[in-house]
Amino acid sequence: MNRFKLPLSFLLAALIFGQARAGDGKTIRIATEGASPPWNSVDTSGKPVGFDIDVGMALCERAKLTCEFATQAWDGIIPALNVGKFDAIMAGMSITEKRQQVIAFSKPYALTSNYFVVRKSLGLAEMASHLKVNLSSQAEEERGILQGLKDALKGKIIGVQGSTNAEAFVRGYFGDTVEIRTYDKQDNLNLDLVAGRIDAGLADYSVWKAFLESKDGAVAALYGPRISGGPFGPGVGIGLRKQDKDLAERFNGAIEAIEADGSLKAISLKWFGADLVSN
Amino acid sequence: MNLHLIVEVLPRLLEGMFLTAKLTAASVAFGLLIAVPLALLRTSPSSVLSYTIFLYTFVFRGTPLLVQLFLIYYGAGQLEWIRSSAAWSILRDPFWCALIAFSLNNGAYTTEILRGGIRAVPSGEIEAAKALGMSYALRIRRIVLPAGFRLALPAYANEVVLMLKASSLASTITLMELTGTARKIVAQTFSPYEVFISAALIYLGFTFLIVHVFGRLERHMAKHQQRAKLKNNSRSHRRAAAKISASQKVAS
Repeated sequence: MNRFKLPLSFLLAALIFGQARAGDGKTIRIATEGASPPWNSVDTSGKPVGFDIDVGMALCERAKLTCEFATQAWDGIIPALNVGKFDAIMAGMSITEKRQQVIAFSKPYALTSNYFVVRKSLGLAEMASHLKVNLSSQAEEERGILQGLKDALKGKIIGVQGSTNAEAFVRGYFGDTVEIRTYDKQDNLNLDLVAGRIDAGLADYSVWKAFLESKDGAVAALYGPRISGGPFGPGVGIGLRKQDKDLAERFNGAIEAIEADGSLKAISLKWFGADLVSN
Repeated sequence: MNLHLIVEVLPRLLEGMFLTAKLTAASVAFGLLIAVPLALLRTSPSSVLSYTIFLYTFVFRGTPLLVQLFLIYYGAGQLEWIRSSAAWSILRDPFWCALIAFSLNNGAYTTEILRGGIRAVPSGEIEAAKALGMSYALRIRRIVLPAGFRLALPAYANEVVLMLKASSLASTITLMELTGTARKIVAQTFSPYEVFISAALIYLGFTFLIVHVFGRLERHMAKHQQRAKLKNNSRSHRRAAAKISASQKVAS
């Protein structure tokens, strides 16, 4: 019952260490979700591993900070940062206007690329997955692609992870023609996609990759264009408290440094098998 | 703390509130349907029957409801032979999965609560019924069940309140009931205090309603005892005594 033990141990840690303040000498506590491989997950010993963790450690080395990662459930991750249980969030979190109202972000350290995945047995009409739709651009052609996608998915049950940009996008663009189910974890969404309780799901490419390559994932396939911009925002950044301006600057400097020397790209290739960091 | 936000959030929780009410009412109804016959079997003299029912209540009371819910929802979805069977049309739907898990769990607890009530029915009442020549079925209908249910009522009311709160687990299988909706709004507004206080207020309202209804039911079922008390109190004694002396005067 890790669900219940984790918040308890955080509470204890918060009591013992007091409010950890970001800055020199102190350990920077970074929160991650631990359930969205390859961004972040936990290994068999319970230790967080993944793209976020490798990037975080590389950044801390550059910025000469001592860092440690801990897992925190997604829907409480921003409040936990703001009350001081953590000093930073690295959990594949996209930068959005709504989140920027309550926390600050570093500059993006990765891009987002969202795809629909549908069950093959649905027998939907072919739709190429090499197309790209930028929701911020509003080009005629892209709107046509999006309308085609909407028609194809009409009346289907779409699964998304709750409280994510994917949910905001599906509700905003397809809310009137599809049924939406929200999940607390991508793993559970995948289970229901395999079981046939839902027809399709929307998530980031990096999340789908691990699922589609698994044995269960053989029943499903990518469908339609790569979707970015709009509610998905400019990319994935480090979530920070608004007042920790110094920490934000140190992280931004470090992101530029590992971008320039190619080590960020190397980490992306290691975890995603693709370059999700360069524009 | 933003009081304004609490007021603003309450109407947005309405839809989740209805689902919570529906889930709780249906689970309690099905749970009772399961529990009444099982409680009778559980108290029957046959040890085989009693032990079989005990096994059911032991399993469902001895494991967390969350685990039962996951086993029925995600467990059933994993098995190919269930997915290709007719039962899948029911198990595919998260609402039915929640209802099945909650009813079975609630039924197990209610069985044991009713068993306690039935065991506590005074043996004199049952012997009196036997002496009057009542059949087993008539005895159960007229004596054992009404008396047993009345004795079990306070504990049962407690179980219904617990069921209301346990229904929040449905949010883990994509059902957006009250707690699930509240969590969704928290994720949008990032204000856990205000939103969860609103949700807590609604739960308190529901609990008040349940406690009130069961309170009335308890008083209703104890009517015969109230009348008995009335006869024994001193005022009615004096009045009765006055009546008797008056009638004696008339007679003499």
